[in-house]
Amino acid sequence: MDLSFNAEERAFQDEVRGFIAKNLTDEMKRATALTPSVFSDPDIGMAWQRALNKQGWGAPGWPVEHGGPDWTPAQRWIFETESARAGVPNVNVMGVKMVGPVIIGFGSPEQKNFYLPRILSGEDYWCQGYSEPGSGSDLSSLKTRAVRDGDDYIINGTKIWTTHAHHANRMFALVRTSDGPRQQDGISFVLIDMKTPGITTRPILTIGGDHEVNQVFFDDVRVPVANRVGEEGKGWTYGKYLLEFERGSGIASAKLREGLKAIAELAESDLTGRAIDSPDIATRISEVEIDIDALEMTELRVLSALQTGQNPGAVSSILKLRNSEIRQAVTRLGADVIGHDALVVEPMRPLYKLNHEPAMPEEMLTVVPEYLNGRAYTIFGGTSEIQRDIIAKMMLGI
Amino acid sequence: MDLNLSDEQRLLRESAERFVAESYDADHRRKMANDPLGFSPAVWKQFAELGWLALPIPEELGGLGGGAVEIGILMEAFGRGLVSEPYIATVVLGAALIEKCGNAMQKQASLPKIADGSLKLAFAHSERAARFDLAKVAATANKTAQGWRLAGSKIAVLDGHAADEIIVSAHIHDHQGPSGRIGLFLVPATAPSLVVSDYERLGGGRACNIELADVQLPGDSLLGNGSDALPAIEWAIDRAIAALGAEAVGIMQTLLDTTLEYTKIRKQFGRPLSANQVIRHRLADMAMQVDEARSMALRAALKADSPPVERARAASGAKAKIGKCARFVGEQSIQLHGGMGVTEELEVGAYFKRLVAFDTLFGGSAHHYGRHARLGRITIPA
Repeated sequence: MDLSFNAEERAFQDEVRGFIAKNLTDEMKRATALTPSVFSDPDIGMAWQRALNKQGWGAPGWPVEHGGPDWTPAQRWIFETESARAGVPNVNVMGVKMVGPVIIGFGSPEQKNFYLPRILSGEDYWCQGYSEPGSGSDLSSLKTRAVRDGDDYIINGTKIWTTHAHHANRMFALVRTSDGPRQQDGISFVLIDMKTPGITTRPILTIGGDHEVNQVFFDDVRVPVANRVGEEGKGWTYGKYLLEFERGSGIASAKLREGLKAIAELAESDLTGRAIDSPDIATRISEVEIDIDALEMTELRVLSALQTGQNPGAVSSILKLRNSEIRQAVTRLGADVIGHDALVVEPMRPLYKLNHEPAMPEEMLTVVPEYLNGRAYTIFGGTSEIQRDIIAKMMLGI
Repeated sequence: MDLNLSDEQRLLRESAERFVAESYDADHRRKMANDPLGFSPAVWKQFAELGWLALPIPEELGGLGGGAVEIGILMEAFGRGLVSEPYIATVVLGAALIEKCGNAMQKQASLPKIADGSLKLAFAHSERAARFDLAKVAATANKTAQGWRLAGSKIAVLDGHAADEIIVSAHIHDHQGPSGRIGLFLVPATAPSLVVSDYERLGGGRACNIELADVQLPGDSLLGNGSDALPAIEWAIDRAIAALGAEAVGIMQTLLDTTLEYTKIRKQFGRPLSANQVIRHRLADMAMQVDEARSMALRAALKADSPPVERARAASGAKAKIGKCARFVGEQSIQLHGGMGVTEELEVGAYFKRLVAFDTLFGGSAHHYGRHARLGRITIPA
């Protein structure tokens, strides 16, 4: 057993660091640091996607024949860790990490040829049409309906919590094409052009003051049958496959550590009157750091198992649960560390383009919005309660 | 970067698990609980034959040259059976301190005998007034014409009653080197004026308090050359924490397995307990905490020989986190067993008590969160 990297892995680490140093501009870095929502705005995120793609690193998890870099799990770890340390923007996860693998796994040759290069290049920006107002954790009860009409489906219904629907030009969605004996039957997976007539988008503001999610309405929206991925009625299988990717590549600890480091730096600064001098704050920082250590070690154990071709199984639910809980602990700690400055509401967005002097130091601008928005971490991608159901069923057999 | 077990490590785990499963059943544990020695000399002999006593001892001194990871593999299996043999006292602490501090002659005299099972040790360091502060030692060692004179009181000496020799820490007063040095002294169990009062230890095995009323020792009883032994003590106890953490993981795993089985069999309101979501989620949380504890024990073992601050933060992080997980898993195991969990009729209580002992030994979670915080700011590895 060995925690350290071998010579090849260290050389790769240097390569990643070199790439980031050359391509990550101060503007991107600042914008990312001042983004209190889950995702970076597309102008920032897609600039980074283009840089990655030029390097051949546009889609780390994809097979080589579709443009993946053919990295080992250890290389993925190094890439994600170095990216987190440097504070790079989020790319369009819904494209690269969600719909991409589904198209690769179940799409037609035409779909692969058309969509995959556009994800890599950043030409397409994707959003996810899964949840509905009546279908949250019980996702397969979804009611948005697609009725066959010649070579088209006509779609009616509504999707909610659609991250960046107001930026996206494409959506992948689960829609009901028939009613089967089980509610999971009769669901199909379709790819929708967001400019199709009949689609309207309503913004939803989150409690941190950010416009990140939306409700999307479909009113007789015509989508070609050719845009269906895989078989009609088998969408639930593809949708679940995608959820495994949504729950993460199992490399989250580096980002958590950077978040905690930023909070610890605030706690050590005069801006907070050296909050760290309170033993309570100092101990809580340690407590969260130790939780991150444990998560990191679990991620590395999973990674080692992957290197030998083993399947991580339900441990992805453990990783999702712990990541979300620790992220909330980091942001809660942050809101405590900044003291009275937690009372300041800065409503303008984006925070990296304020045209006035905020009432608090810039380093603190994201702290409370991140805490408030961060409550969503234990809700999206399967709530903590759903994850516990999965752990009990898959790991414990109950 | 590779955290998979090597073939040798896998074999070690298999043989340890097999041994514990075959030799360490409930009857054996009950017998040991009422035994004045608290463990079985025959089992100790088997440990020697299996090579486990030689595991961390250097090869040139009759050992196998294993590290903290191998010790952890063994300890996790020990935890599953609540093994009460004095492995921590003799091998993890005793052999490590002699290897780190002893001179060539002292190593040659002790380590091969530990490996073959003919020498048992104990480490007497904790004092009542020091609480968990390893640097706080009131016991004294005064230089005399014949050697040394030791005076002081020690508590919580693991397996001191069974030791042939006890390693005692004391402040050196020799009018030579700098003041404030802590020395380690090899005290034979038979030394006059040494009083060992043993007691039944919470969770199995025994421990003792000892009184040193001017114990006279020869000059060569001091391990090494008399330089300050505190760094070695911290190193050895951090190692013991990693080993005990692995043991706690084994204990927690057994509690989880047992509790899971029980909730499937026990029926109330016409259905198994595990049919209730609140019970399933509780068990999911227990499983998650066992897994986190496993990660932290492994981490502490992998960093057992890292530079002092990194090592100590890993050990304190493990002790704090595993202690917290252990209390949760232990307490919930009892809760889910209902009234029976609170009785001596099930073994759940015995496993729980060993976890409580784990969380107490060398300082509980609160102490180690504090130590971790005092040891420095959040570190980003290179």
